[in-house]
Formats: sequence, structure tokens, C-alpha cells
Amino acid sequence: MSAIPTKNAIPTAADPDSAYVRIVSLTKRFGDFVAVDDVSLDIRRGEIFCLLGGSGSGKTTLLRMLAGFELPSAGTIRIDGADMSTIPPYERPVNMMFQSYALFPHMSVEKNVAFGLEQEGVGREQIRRQVGEILDIVKMGGFGARKPHQLSGGQRQRVALARALVKRPKLLLLDEPLAALDKKLREHTQFELINIQQRLGVTFIVVTHDQEEAMTLGTRLGVMNHGKIAQVGSPSDIYESPATRFVADFIGSVNMFEGRVSDEGADCLRIQCGELGCTVRAERTVSCTRGATVWTAIRPEKINISRQPLAAGAQQAGSAENLVRGTVREIAYMGDMSIYLVQIDSGKMLRVTLPNIMRGAERPLAREESVWLSWHGSSPVVLTE
Amino acid sequence: MALLARLEPGGIDRVGGNLARLTTASGRRLVAGIPILWLLVLFLIPFIIVFRISFSEVRLAIPPYTPLLTWRHGSPVLQLHWSAYSFLFTDPLYVSSYLYSLKVAAVSTLCCLLIGYPMAYAIARSDAAMRPVLLMLIVLPFWTSFLLRVYAWIGLLKNNGVINNVLMYLGIIHHPLALLQTDFAVYIGIVYSYLPFMILPLYANLEKHDGTLLEAAADLGARPLRAFLRVTLPQSFAGIVAGSLLVFIPAVGEYVIPTLLGRTDQIMIGRVLSDEFFENRDWPVASAVAILILLLLVVPIMLFQRLERRELEAAK
Repeated sequence: MSAIPTKNAIPTAADPDSAYVRIVSLTKRFGDFVAVDDVSLDIRRGEIFCLLGGSGSGKTTLLRMLAGFELPSAGTIRIDGADMSTIPPYERPVNMMFQSYALFPHMSVEKNVAFGLEQEGVGREQIRRQVGEILDIVKMGGFGARKPHQLSGGQRQRVALARALVKRPKLLLLDEPLAALDKKLREHTQFELINIQQRLGVTFIVVTHDQEEAMTLGTRLGVMNHGKIAQVGSPSDIYESPATRFVADFIGSVNMFEGRVSDEGADCLRIQCGELGCTVRAERTVSCTRGATVWTAIRPEKINISRQPLAAGAQQAGSAENLVRGTVREIAYMGDMSIYLVQIDSGKMLRVTLPNIMRGAERPLAREESVWLSWHGSSPVVLTE
Repeated sequence: MALLARLEPGGIDRVGGNLARLTTASGRRLVAGIPILWLLVLFLIPFIIVFRISFSEVRLAIPPYTPLLTWRHGSPVLQLHWSAYSFLFTDPLYVSSYLYSLKVAAVSTLCCLLIGYPMAYAIARSDAAMRPVLLMLIVLPFWTSFLLRVYAWIGLLKNNGVINNVLMYLGIIHHPLALLQTDFAVYIGIVYSYLPFMILPLYANLEKHDGTLLEAAADLGARPLRAFLRVTLPQSFAGIVAGSLLVFIPAVGEYVIPTLLGRTDQIMIGRVLSDEFFENRDWPVASAVAILILLLLVVPIMLFQRLERRELEAAK
């Protein structure tokens, strides 16, 4: 595999905060159903923005409104300052790569890629040159004369990408670009997509339901739920500091407990969790008052599992903070790591993952073994909604 | 041996399997055999008879043509006459009838295509729940006899028919238009009767089209008309060919419509054929006319089949 490219950090434009694509209060209703509900979003020039959400979250409808296939019920879309509300798809400086690729089956690869340029009345010689260039970029140089049905899935994906990029659009929309590829090819293609995006400098908006894909591809992510944007942020923001229970639960797996704030310090909170049977001490990241109901979320990989009670972080001996006892109920060996389902004394199941660092551990944990679970004070995320 | 086979473990299964294979094989042969027999008895044998008659000469007898084989001095002599065929090219009636039939069929096919394509397109793009209803309406005329429907057109087109009466009543015209017994009436009759045969294959083709291809075309900058011309039209080519052949082939040999609605000074080849058989009782010439129509039609059919085969291979 080629060297892993680093995602471009913040674009190096003169004004990094300028919104290249500005979506304001965008709403789309189909009858009584609100597919996209008052979404406002700024997308910067040159970034890969991933819209992530489950089916029916409105992400595809939002994408189709950007392409011009659906007209908004309310709100505006501006691309590079120009209002797109009434512009038909064939006049927008936007191209789309379809989930099904939508290659024209009766045309050769070359003809497919040339189609967009032909509509603009570009000269034949220039079309030939540009088509050749873009096919080389997607490594499909030798396949110009083939018909789509003579190509493999991965090759079709490349042709679809070339066709969408050949006009150098201001904005490229990708609808589940990798969903039709098998896992190995998908991982490889992710990095290639990032490479091509950086080389051409086109702004990408990617719609995906695959969180791994979104994390790898996206400079920023927008998590959608029920037609609304639940959170926007960098992949690590979204994973480490989810804003809501939905986001915490949707991205990765998480152990979540309801609790009550029992003590608030200047920089830490103590939360009494009945379900957990211990007090959770967490960093103070949200404003909440004593007695308020909150949820604490802890990622499975941030929990220690041991036979003896470990002093986690700066925890004082003897206190039952961030420490619970339980019994291993299930072990799933995944190769690079193992997943343990631990039933704590209150009866709740916790999910813990441990990397398998050693080959053939001396005395691996067994099912029904009694263990202690502990975590650092920075691990729990406190959520108020 | 058979007993041993039955005693062996799995032996009975093997015998049963063989029997099953035998019955499926003979069943397959039976299923394929019935239509083959049908074609053999009702198409190939009559064709051979007609083909054979076309090489005879007419005579006043029963049957009214000369035998091909005669016995002379105890040995058979084969007598092939080309007179029926050469006669077709000496009398201008036949050539002009052939050409007229081809012209009528071609114009009617084009009209069917121009009317049928938008209809098929509209049905294919309509709401999925509406499609069966619309298709039903297309097929509905078949519930009335073909002959009755053509007769009905006489009532509409004749001098004191519905169309002329309405136009005169409205004061648009003062003398009845000569609509009946014109080329126009024949086109109306053929287009009206064969339109469903154009619409149905076109619909079957257009209905399968992927709507996202049109979205892709629009996304790449093609206006709706260009997207139609570059994407929809080329992909519906097979449907256009199928519908056109289904109209063109029967239209060439059409007998009823031109006889009831058409001109009297220019007849179509179907009428020539029937007149030769039943009026002139010249069976050899009638047979030669039939063989030539067949040759005229076999070429487009073979082209159609080649295209279909190519499409099937492409689909694989």
C-alpha cells in the first residue's frame, strides 16, 4: 500500500473561517415527513466534509439539495457566494458521484468521462487531453475504450470519480462512495480518495453511514439524526467529546449510565450512578448543577480490566470512585483486540476492549472470572442531553 | 445386476435418480416438441406446398397447376417453371404493389413510433400504481373484434360520416372531405390498429431505465432534451427496433385495412395475393407473390434476431 497521506488540516486559504458552502436553515418536507429539518452548516474550501448518519437521517436528501435534484422547502444554499436556490442541476458548479455510479452503459469509459465536457462545448482536442489526464489520475489510463459492464466494481468506481472530477467542480458530492466495494479495496481506496482530493483541491462533501469511512476520510464530520445536525466537529472531537447521547452511541461503542451530580468542584464532577454502583469522577466539561440528572459515557477501550483493584490515575486508595467489581461473562477474540462483556455487581453489562499486545498471554482472563474495572478521571464524558 | 444395484447402499437412490433424469429429459423434449410439431405441420409444410406450386404453371384442372414430376418413357422428369416469378417483374402491377406496400408500412411504422414513443415514455414515468391501468387502456381495444374496429372507421371517415358531419355542422367546411378510400384512411387504420404493438415493447424497454442516469446527465450539465437524446434514446434502441418490426411486418402484408379503407386504384400486396388465388385462380403466380413477401420480411426479422442476440450477449 502507498504511504498513508495525512489529511489536510485546516485549509490554507487567506481566511480559514470563510464558508465556501453556506447552508442556512435548510428544510425539506415530503408531505408530512420532514427529511431535513432546519439545518445550518458551513463548509470550508478544500475540506472533506463527511455527513454521517443512519438511514432516514436526511443526509442523502441534504446532498440531493446541494446537487439540485431536490428543491428546498425553506432555507438557502450558497456556494462560493452564489445563491443556488433556483439554479437547476445542469447549471450548478457541482458534480456528484452516485452511489450506484450511474455510468452510462451504452458509452465507453472515455465517452462517459467526456460527457460533462461535451455539454460545455469544449473543443475535441481539449476534451481528449483532459479525459486522458483525469483517467491517469484515477489509474484507469488503459481502459478508455471499455464499456462499463466490462469493468470490475472498483474500476467502475474510479471511472465514476473521474467523470465527476473532470470538470473541476467547485464542489464534489459523493454519495456513499465506497459502499459497493469490499473491505480491503475500501480501505485502500479511502486513502486514494484523500490523495486525489488534495492533488486537485476540490471541496468534497461525502455522505456515508459508515463511521469508520467518515473518520478516515473527513477533515470534519457532521453527524445527522432525524433530519437535524446533531454535532459538527473533527473526527477526534466527535469521538472523544460527543455532545449528545445519540452521538456518543452512534459513533463507536460506549457504556452509558444515568446518574445524578453529587458534588461539583472547580474542574471535576462527582456523579452518583445507581446503575453502576460507584461514584464517577469526571472532568468538568459541561455546566451542570448539583442534583441534575446527567449521563456518563465511557468508551470500552478506556476501561482497565484486572484481577486486583488497580489504582486508576490519581485515585485515592480505599475510595470507590471510578472502580467497580464484576464478572467476565463473554469474551470475543478479534485478533488485534479482545472484547469482554463484564457483568458488574449491580447487574449491568459493561463492554471493555483490550488490545492483544502479547502473543499468547501467560494467563488470559477466562469466562466467569471475577475482575475489577477502573478508569481514569479524564475518560468519562458527561452528557446533559 | 439390477438386483445388486438395488441392494447396494444408495442403489435405489441411484435408480430413482436415473429415472428422474430420464423423465425430465423426455419431459423437456415433449415440451419443446409440441411447438416444433405445430410449426412443422402448420408452417413448414404449407410453406413447402406453396413453394412447390410457385414453380408450376397454371392449368384448368384440379388441382389448377402442373405437376413438377412427370413420367416420360418410364423415368421421372423434373419440370421447374420460372414463369410465375418472371411474370411478377413483367407486369408493373406487382412491382408497384410491392413498393406501395413497403411505403405504407414504412410511413405507418414511423407514425406509430412518433405517437407511441411519448405514450410509452409517459406510462413508464407515471406513478407505479397507475401503470397497470394505463397499460390496460392500451390493450383495451383488443377486446373488440379487429374487423369491427376497422368498420367503425368507415362510419367515421365516409362522406356522410361522423367527422364530415361534425365539421359541416360547425361550418368549418361546406362540402364533405374525401377521407375514405385514400392513403390517409389506410394510415389511420394501420396506425390505430398496430399502435399497441409499438407501445408495449417500448414500454417494456423504457420501464427498465435507471432514473439516476438522467440525474447523472443533468449533474454533468446536460439539459433535459440533451439528456434524453444522449441517454434515454440510445438505450431504448432495442425497444424501437422491436416495436417497429412488430408494426412493419404485419403492415406490409395487411389485407383487411386497405381493402376496407384504402384506394381502389392502388392496391397493396396482400390484396394482390388474395385476388390471384380467389379471382384469377392463378395459383402459381399467387404462390410466387407469397414467397416474395416472405423473402421481403425474412430479412428484417433476421436483422432483428441478430440484434436481440447481440443485446443478450451484452447483458451477460
